[in-house]
Amino acid sequence: MANTSEALKSEMPESKHDEKILEIKNLKKYFPVKSGILQRTKGHVKAVDGINFFIRRGETFGLVGESGCGKSTAGRTITRLYDPTEGTIVFDGEDITKKKERHLFNLRRDLQMVYQDPYSSLNPRKTVGSTLIEPLKVHHIGSNLKERKEIAQSIMQRVGLNPSFINRYPHEFSGGQRQRIGIARALVLQPKLIVGDEPVSALDVSVQSQVLNLLDDLQDEFNLTYLFIAHDLSVVKHFSDRIGVMYLGNMAEVANKKDLYHEPLHPYTQALLSAVPKSHPREVKKDRIILKGDIPSPANPPSGCVFHTRCPYVMDVCKQVKPVMEEIRPDHFVACHLHNEGTTTLS
Amino acid sequence: MSHLNTGQDAKTESITPNPMNNETLGKHRSMLAIIVTKFFQNKLAVFGLIMLVIIVGAAVLAPFIATHNPNETSLGARLHEPSAEYLLGADNLGRDLFSRLLYAGQMSLLVGFAAMVSSTIIGATVGAIAGYFGGIIDGILMRIVDIVISFPNVFMLITLVALFSPSPFWLIVVFGLLSWTGTARLVRGEMLSLKQREFVLAARTLGLPKWRIIFSHIMPNAIGPIIVSATLAIGAFIIAESTLSFLGLGIQPPQATWGNMLSDAQSIPIFLNAWWFPLFPGLMIFLTVLSFNFVGDGLRDALDPRVVEK
Repeated sequence: MANTSEALKSEMPESKHDEKILEIKNLKKYFPVKSGILQRTKGHVKAVDGINFFIRRGETFGLVGESGCGKSTAGRTITRLYDPTEGTIVFDGEDITKKKERHLFNLRRDLQMVYQDPYSSLNPRKTVGSTLIEPLKVHHIGSNLKERKEIAQSIMQRVGLNPSFINRYPHEFSGGQRQRIGIARALVLQPKLIVGDEPVSALDVSVQSQVLNLLDDLQDEFNLTYLFIAHDLSVVKHFSDRIGVMYLGNMAEVANKKDLYHEPLHPYTQALLSAVPKSHPREVKKDRIILKGDIPSPANPPSGCVFHTRCPYVMDVCKQVKPVMEEIRPDHFVACHLHNEGTTTLS
Repeated sequence: MSHLNTGQDAKTESITPNPMNNETLGKHRSMLAIIVTKFFQNKLAVFGLIMLVIIVGAAVLAPFIATHNPNETSLGARLHEPSAEYLLGADNLGRDLFSRLLYAGQMSLLVGFAAMVSSTIIGATVGAIAGYFGGIIDGILMRIVDIVISFPNVFMLITLVALFSPSPFWLIVVFGLLSWTGTARLVRGEMLSLKQREFVLAARTLGLPKWRIIFSHIMPNAIGPIIVSATLAIGAFIIAESTLSFLGLGIQPPQATWGNMLSDAQSIPIFLNAWWFPLFPGLMIFLTVLSFNFVGDGLRDALDPRVVEK
């Protein structure tokens, strides 16, 4: 497997080959709202409500959206920490949507996650060493403790941690160091895809860039594919190849980085991008789009297009018909009635 | 073994120097060392610990320390006041109070400790299962907890003890069966919050087996509150045993417990003329329970992960 992907890489320019490592079709994750003594289901929080996208091998896919839009839920559903309500997840040519926990064991090696909070993501009662060695043991990598310890130490070295700290506890490290431990833990099984659930958002800006650079280096070295979940558009811009924008459990727009930042098609993406602070006065856009109202509740999402309550270009059709994701231009998908079927154009 | 080393040695050097490697960490201290230090900074807790060591030590070493046979009566020494021979005086049957207190301590501490162990084991198991698995299992187990909590405790104790002979064994069983509910709720709550923590999700993403996640990852993080509640429970059980013994339903004479010693002293003439007889058993209960509470509070602070992480 490693050889083929090496070969592909050398033949084709970065992230241009079309092999999809992950394909998500109509993925839904509803959380039941229960109440009463019998715990009857009173409704559903539609955290993820039918999203479609794919990730090509070796690329970094950025998934952005505001808090509560379901991006983290999407990440956790894809890694099967949550059971999907509907839809399919195809990972590395294999449908993993319906697999039971005990059949997911082999998948776990290939699909890892880096978590947001460097404090709660590490077990305070376990040393760095046992955090890294335990998964090796469970997955029968390395034949004895000494070998596993060597693997753990080489990974620590690789992510920029002093290997002699192997017997230290998480509380002895700084936030940035702890996030490196989290990355080492995700890396130790040599996965193919790493889902980063806002891996740098809890860190200082200076440490953020160090960790991002580390992730970038590791991607080349271990042929990793990233699903990078974030709410910070400027971080995603520098880090991603392709970007998906989520709003209220739905995917609004998916495009490669250049198209998305220069020609955003969905009104929500446009509003989101206009909110990115600019460092240069010349770049400051005068026409900042301010959305009115609040994000609606995912327990009771608006009919039709979920964005219609706040959209500056809202039309009658938006209130009734949910727009489908369409490829408007090559590698540029958008779910918006303004662009679908070419009936309407932007004024 | 080529697992992770492919092309790495060459690369490690070329990549920008690791800023983290040279950063100094604080003095290397284990979790335990921090907890111990934290505990010993709490003066009341240290006082409680010292008291407990003395009390438990005295009870264990009773055969060597006791100056008299605890059950030997002496008509001449009835309500003898504290003196060189009767250090803390004698009771209404002329038994040496000091010796009786030591042997009573054995029984009171044994009942308290054993009841704590049984109630904690039942409570922690029920709570862990309910909390981790959730759903219907959780619903059923927690309704059982609600039912057990609704039993009128003193009435149940009296009835059960009256049904079975009031031996130490049955006392422990009854205490254990009636008082595990608090621990169960506590552990369930800890499980509910801990199983959502990212390190548990990470353990699941790594494919670790369920039992390993519960016992090796979650339980060690919930052990703090369990220890604290167990420590406080010992005090409560000693009080409960004293109450039952005072009512004559606990450990039966001549075996001394602090409770039945107090019960022997409950008359106005004794209160007025032999102050040492009710005072010392009462003082022992008071000091022991107080010390357990101080130690429990100290442990609570020392084991609080929020304090530890600073």
